[in-house]
Amino acid sequence: MAMTVHCDIVSAEENLFSGLVERVIASGTLGDLGIEPGHAALLSPLKPGPVRIVKQGGEEEIVYVSGGYLEVQPNSVSILADTAVRAKDIDEAAALEAKKHAEQAIENQGADFDYSRALTQLAEAAAQLRTIQQIREKLGKH
Amino acid sequence: MAVGKEIKEQITSVKSTQKITSAMEKVAVSKMRRAQMRMQQSRPYADKIRDVIGHLANATSEYRHRYLQDRDVKRVGYIVVSSDRGLCGGLNNNLFKRLSQQAKDWQGKGVEVEYCAIGSKASLFFNSFGGKVVASQSQLGDAPELASLIGAVKVMLEAFDEGRIDRLYIIYNRFVNTMTQSPEAVQLLPLKAEKDETLKHHWDYIYEPDAKEILEGLLVRYVESQVYQGVVENNACEQAARMLAMKNATDNAGSMITELNLLYNKARQAAITQEISEIVGGAAAV
Repeated sequence: MAMTVHCDIVSAEENLFSGLVERVIASGTLGDLGIEPGHAALLSPLKPGPVRIVKQGGEEEIVYVSGGYLEVQPNSVSILADTAVRAKDIDEAAALEAKKHAEQAIENQGADFDYSRALTQLAEAAAQLRTIQQIREKLGKH
Repeated sequence: MAVGKEIKEQITSVKSTQKITSAMEKVAVSKMRRAQMRMQQSRPYADKIRDVIGHLANATSEYRHRYLQDRDVKRVGYIVVSSDRGLCGGLNNNLFKRLSQQAKDWQGKGVEVEYCAIGSKASLFFNSFGGKVVASQSQLGDAPELASLIGAVKVMLEAFDEGRIDRLYIIYNRFVNTMTQSPEAVQLLPLKAEKDETLKHHWDYIYEPDAKEILEGLLVRYVESQVYQGVVENNACEQAARMLAMKNATDNAGSMITELNLLYNKARQAAITQEISEIVGGAAAV
């Protein structure tokens, strides 16, 4: 039987694959990589694309990753997969979007009135008034 | 019978409220299970990245990444994770209480605080609390995606890169169990590199293309995955808290209905007694 190595493919959202494999073929940023058991320790970013896994027994499986990192250690291969295609300008756009959100939230303070908060504040104010009145009455009696 | 009409109406209205709260409870139960599952699924990724970063930090000791270096604290950033919807007990309020306490502590030391609000409750909170909100993200839904958090996290990472903040924290509700959720603040940056004793022997990866670039990418991913983990965990907390709040509401409605029923029966009995005594009185007078 062929030699095998343990392989994990994980993303931040879920576990995509875990098990013994005979070979892993992934597309690294510098070219395709074929990893077999006994490969030297390696760390490389991956391009978006399919990762071919030859499982124990010769069965093949293909997992699509939208980029990520490949880590090879003497007794394990792990792929840290991204969940979305990452590019500098896309990330930049997302950051701008988040900033805009924050600015809008500040501008819309009046429009997006928070009734529950206003009610609690009103209740607080009323309670304070009552307390003041009670204190006054007490002082008046003396 | 005209007697106790108001009471009857009240009972009907409480009953319909009870139906709603018990339905919400059941929905929260099933959502919580799924949220808990998601919470467990995202753990291996964060663990793996932590391992690799730990190794990288030990292996390339001559190169210290800025995310691993401690700086003097002049400004700090907080990523505040809250829920999008209410009706989940004191979950968000407890979190905000903890946050404002920490903010006050920092301000006491003359340190300015910047915020990144995740979830619409956090945005609402900052409207009244004040504070500088540099990024916000809401409407993540029940199955939050990491992709929707990238922007907000990037704003904070950029702030750290540019030296606008010297430390980055995330504050979210930690899922202890279905009954307990506790607000927790965790330091994201700079990373506290743990000295791993088992990695003493010197071996290194083959890097393609080079170590710095890989470390850079991995560190960003690590922070993102931590934030994602916080969001997912907070989501599980939200559902658990809602489940509990709705269960209490349903129970309360139940006891309210019992009381109202008792009141209604008493009123009805009193009306009957009065009618009989009137008839008897009338018959005696004839």
